[in-house]
Amino acid sequence: MRRFLRPGHDPVRERLKRDLFQFNKTVEHGFPHQPSALGYSPFLRLMAIGTRSGAIKLYGAPGVEFMGLHEENNTVMQIHFIPDQCQLVTLLDDNSLHLWSLKQHGGASELREEHRFTLKGPPGSPPSATQITAVLPHSSREVLYLGTESGNIFVVELPSFRVLEDRTITSEAVLQRVPEDYSNRRSCELVEALREHPKNPDQILIGYSRGLIVLWDLQNNKVTHHFLGSQQLENLYWQRDGSKFVSCHYDGSYTQWPVSSDNRQPEPLENLVPYGPFPCKAISKIYWQTTKNGLPYIIFQGGMPRASYGDRHSISVVHGSQQTAFDFTSRVIDFFVIFSSEPTAEFDDPSAMVVLAEEELVVIDLKTAGWPAVHPPYLASLHCSAITCSHHVSNIPLKLWERIISAGSKQNIHYSSMPWPIDGGTNIAPDPPQRDLLLTGHEDGTVRFWDASGVCLHLLYKLSTVRVFLTDADPNDNMNTLGEDEWPPLRKVGTFDPYSDDPRLGIQKIYLCKYSGYLAVAGTAGQVLVMELNDEDAEHVVDHAEADLLQDQEGYRWKGHEKLKTRDGPVRFEAGFQPFVLVQCQPPAVVTSLALHSEWKLVAFGTSHGFGLFDHQQKRPVFVKCTLHPSDQLALEGPLSRVKSLKKSLRQSFRRIRRSRVSSRKRRGGVGNASEVQEANAKFDQDALQEMELAPVQRKIEARSAEDSFTGFVRTLYFADTFLRDSSRHCPSLWAGTNGGTVYAFCLRVPPAERRMDEPVRAEQAKEIQLMHRAPVVGILVLDGRSTPLPEPLEVAHDLSKSPDMQGSHQLLVVSEEQFKVFTLPKVSSKLKLKLTALEGCRVRKVTVANFGSCKTDDYSENDLAVLTNLGDIQIISLPFLKLQIRYPCIRKEDVSGIASCVFTKYGQGFYLISPSEFERFSLSTKWLVEPRCIVDMPEITSNNHVHKKSGMENAVRKS
Amino acid sequence: EFRRFSLERSKPGKFEEFYGLLQHVHKIPNVDVLVGYTDIHGDLLPINNDDNYHKAVSTANPLLRIFIQRKEDADYSAFGTDTMTRKKNVLSNVLRPDNHKKKPHIVISMPQDFRPVSSIIDVDILPETHRRVRLYKYGTDKPLGFYIRDGSSVRVTPHGLEKVPGIFISRLVPGGLAQSTGLLAVNDEVLEVNGIEVSGKSLDQVTDMMIANSRNLIITVRPANQRNNVVRNSRTSGSSGQSTESSLPSSTPNILANFLQGEEESDEEDIIIEDSGEPQQIPKATPTSESLESLTQTELLHESTQNGFLPSSEMNLNHSAGSMSMEYEVQDPDHKSLEEDGTIITL
Repeated sequence: MRRFLRPGHDPVRERLKRDLFQFNKTVEHGFPHQPSALGYSPFLRLMAIGTRSGAIKLYGAPGVEFMGLHEENNTVMQIHFIPDQCQLVTLLDDNSLHLWSLKQHGGASELREEHRFTLKGPPGSPPSATQITAVLPHSSREVLYLGTESGNIFVVELPSFRVLEDRTITSEAVLQRVPEDYSNRRSCELVEALREHPKNPDQILIGYSRGLIVLWDLQNNKVTHHFLGSQQLENLYWQRDGSKFVSCHYDGSYTQWPVSSDNRQPEPLENLVPYGPFPCKAISKIYWQTTKNGLPYIIFQGGMPRASYGDRHSISVVHGSQQTAFDFTSRVIDFFVIFSSEPTAEFDDPSAMVVLAEEELVVIDLKTAGWPAVHPPYLASLHCSAITCSHHVSNIPLKLWERIISAGSKQNIHYSSMPWPIDGGTNIAPDPPQRDLLLTGHEDGTVRFWDASGVCLHLLYKLSTVRVFLTDADPNDNMNTLGEDEWPPLRKVGTFDPYSDDPRLGIQKIYLCKYSGYLAVAGTAGQVLVMELNDEDAEHVVDHAEADLLQDQEGYRWKGHEKLKTRDGPVRFEAGFQPFVLVQCQPPAVVTSLALHSEWKLVAFGTSHGFGLFDHQQKRPVFVKCTLHPSDQLALEGPLSRVKSLKKSLRQSFRRIRRSRVSSRKRRGGVGNASEVQEANAKFDQDALQEMELAPVQRKIEARSAEDSFTGFVRTLYFADTFLRDSSRHCPSLWAGTNGGTVYAFCLRVPPAERRMDEPVRAEQAKEIQLMHRAPVVGILVLDGRSTPLPEPLEVAHDLSKSPDMQGSHQLLVVSEEQFKVFTLPKVSSKLKLKLTALEGCRVRKVTVANFGSCKTDDYSENDLAVLTNLGDIQIISLPFLKLQIRYPCIRKEDVSGIASCVFTKYGQGFYLISPSEFERFSLSTKWLVEPRCIVDMPEITSNNHVHKKSGMENAVRKS
Repeated sequence: EFRRFSLERSKPGKFEEFYGLLQHVHKIPNVDVLVGYTDIHGDLLPINNDDNYHKAVSTANPLLRIFIQRKEDADYSAFGTDTMTRKKNVLSNVLRPDNHKKKPHIVISMPQDFRPVSSIIDVDILPETHRRVRLYKYGTDKPLGFYIRDGSSVRVTPHGLEKVPGIFISRLVPGGLAQSTGLLAVNDEVLEVNGIEVSGKSLDQVTDMMIANSRNLIITVRPANQRNNVVRNSRTSGSSGQSTESSLPSSTPNILANFLQGEEESDEEDIIIEDSGEPQQIPKATPTSESLESLTQTELLHESTQNGFLPSSEMNLNHSAGSMSMEYEVQDPDHKSLEEDGTIITL
């Protein structure tokens, strides 16, 4: 027993371990959780996103990304790139400024924090005196102008952050020549906006919140122009030639002001409330972009009529007679417009608008008629609908890959064909070694197919299972189909839609056979769908069967949800994966395990009541087995009974409230704010949790018994061709493991291919193993005569794996939450075991066989078990001797959802959710490492570009 | 019913053979029985091992009267001194055991049925302020019956007294194993679970460890009540409890590990039901451990009784069920009896 605890002392093995295993968190996929700030450098063509947890992420061309984290973990309020530099400044909500720079190191660029600084006023001054509200990095790259709440503007030197006190622009100095009646009415208040003159770097425009705008001459330290705005100011924007600027206001209006040398106190040229005449919400940001044809693009955020559309998160684009108010499903954090930044160009000629909403990034193509959205290559909103499960498939055959992409491209026709406009930096990472798919199942009944080969997690194809069922919500009921003459001209954009119409549609288990293109998905209401990839649209009837897992048990009453209603008659399916078989478990409890054997054409599924096997070739059930213990009331009645589900039911009831609120809002188009509701919801959940924490923390110590709850819960299903009955003949078999530590083995008789349709598949129970420690069985695996795990179905047929050794004796590996145990086959006798819980107090949460290749030699690789425990540790355990190789802390043990979401790949990588919208990718392998590797060059020194690239490539090659 | 048969007085053989002979003579091959005899004083005395069997044979003059009772409805109180004279007839007691219902005797079973339920172990290597308690769970209905909680304790460290988090027993279930043994009490601090220190581990981790080891749980505690400690050394050694707190003898884990190794082989034997429907313990593929060989003869004896323990009726049940695997249902009582069987440990 101790020998497993002690690290091995074999120096050869130790060296080999160093060549095989290495732990790295490589890249974060998806959309940053709680973004709070956006920045863009037209010079570097890089975008920066800051978050409420103090992270800052930079994105350029696909594959170019950087991440930094502020030590303070405070909210990032503002991000400003230093003009023409690889540097940026961030402002946090603790009023600290941070200077970050991209520096090249070892052939690739890295993002590093260089300096930090907090503005300090004279002793005794109120904190508001130095509370920064506006930041202007001057084009000279030498100074930052910092507008504050007090109205003073401080000047600090870069990169030292030294305050240049003699250059401070005080509000007194500004107010000196303002007409008295105006200045009396309004004190300066805080600095709302600072804008440098586009042509004359010696002039800056200062906007104060009460409406006063002044043009300040930096050379002479005096005001050259006063613009006496009458409305509370929100933001300012210079027109390209510097002859005019636009101010936008709290009352939903914007004003155009002329700047001429003769008029020191100009009157507004134009004052407009675009969505008047009724009171409107503030316009918080505005762009005025010139074009060759003379008609400007006016792009502004907000300004909706307060009463009827005040809750919308909108950005309006006006170009001549065209006007669209893009309507986002979550709060708009910030946006920017990409336009010609060549100093010599005469016009702005905007090409795209980039909007950072709270839950997604939306890019609008302004060049193409109709202003279609651009499909982002990264920052995908994984959580458009909450992720309920994930499944990873490595090394997808090219043919299947192309078919999935082609099915996906048919879904994406409404996207713009514009190349991705944010294209700074160069990706120098080696091409991904293979094509990997990550499949995510969602609460709304969809399965999303992601290209997980490289750094950019990219949506390839979206599959919806909803069509098979009759649900309350009619899929054609689109709330956003507004008439032509509708005002304001709202258009819904983006994909984020967290509200599931029917939670029963949720996807719980996914299995894809990459060789045959068969896909099985299973859901919350006991539905199991088998699908096939079809390149054409098709209309057909889905074969429907029911699996009664209780088999006439008496005294039973299911109190959970009802099963889903199916559609009668043929259903039209778009090209892609099309269901042809539907099995519905009875009672309709959530499907807890799923296995598909594409060669035998069988699908096995399990719930908390039992498991079943279905022949999807002949479309008939083979058998069902009830695993329920008669005293297990909890499983009998369904998920919503007793105290155990108190937290869940609280959450669900709140979700119901939330849903009803949303629908009422939809109906009335009235009050309520989705993000507020979400926040309230999160707070409520938290409070409920806290209340639970307050209960005296004590734990009962009791041996598990057969009468415990959910012992019949089927945790794992496994198909194997092995020696189940005797050592001379092997046969197909199905293995099932339950929560109560029972393993069932069924011997299957699958008719040969030529009689496959004529003879039924037969099954017979051959073995039943009851583990004495009664811990839930989470994994079952058969090792062949060479102690290699049996290959996947069709793997050998496609020449991608050696055929299994059927000469030597097979072994059975049973992984429970507490122990790993190897048994001999066909006579099941225990051979060796590794106790995990008894020794370390941790339990197995996820386990997979992973292949590890050596980084030193190409011809060595081995199979090991990759294990994630409930403490968030990852352990690698050797096969077949079950020796602990190495252990890495990976996820915080409090992060239960992170641990639950973890999925391993076949080659020693993995993913887990760090927030509802982000996957962290990690690697346990020295060989398979997918991480960003990129260079951002100063555009002036492009001549050096290829040199860096070369060295980068060499590096990459060495690494791979 | 009565049987009469002869035995060779000079070569009585072993008790087992004799027991087999009795079962054969009475044609009750799978029924567990208690065997007793009357000695010269008329006392009914048990025969259950080689020693008392030999004694019985030697005292026979020339007839040896032997009484056999089914184990299930055995009346243990019948044995003992003066039993034959006190009552008119033992047989009447045996046949009408309801006589005793009015005054229920405390049943103290036969010596062979004695099994350890709890023990204090390693007293020779542990500091006297600590107590290492072993609880044996025999798949009986009696719960282990205790709860643990987080808390903090004071330790002596090189830097002086320090408050550190600890795990404590928070509650004993009335009637549970933990309470019945009297070896554990509320507020005892848990220091180790089966040889693994719990310091630095969370309450949930320790809970999982205890449950995983629940079939053979060894917990080292520092009793809250230190007054009952046995003072083993002379007082001059002056070892105060706390000073040894952080320095358990370094050899302890190894010793424990060694003796656990032996444990390993017998503590958890999974049940396998082949398609023939016959449940059985999973045998060891390779009896690796030498410790098995060092087991005493008594253990072997026990094993033989274990094998004979399977009641025939249940065997039959399994046979009949096994022929139709599809409808095969595992009978729970089977399991229970098997569990009990699997965990008999003798050291």
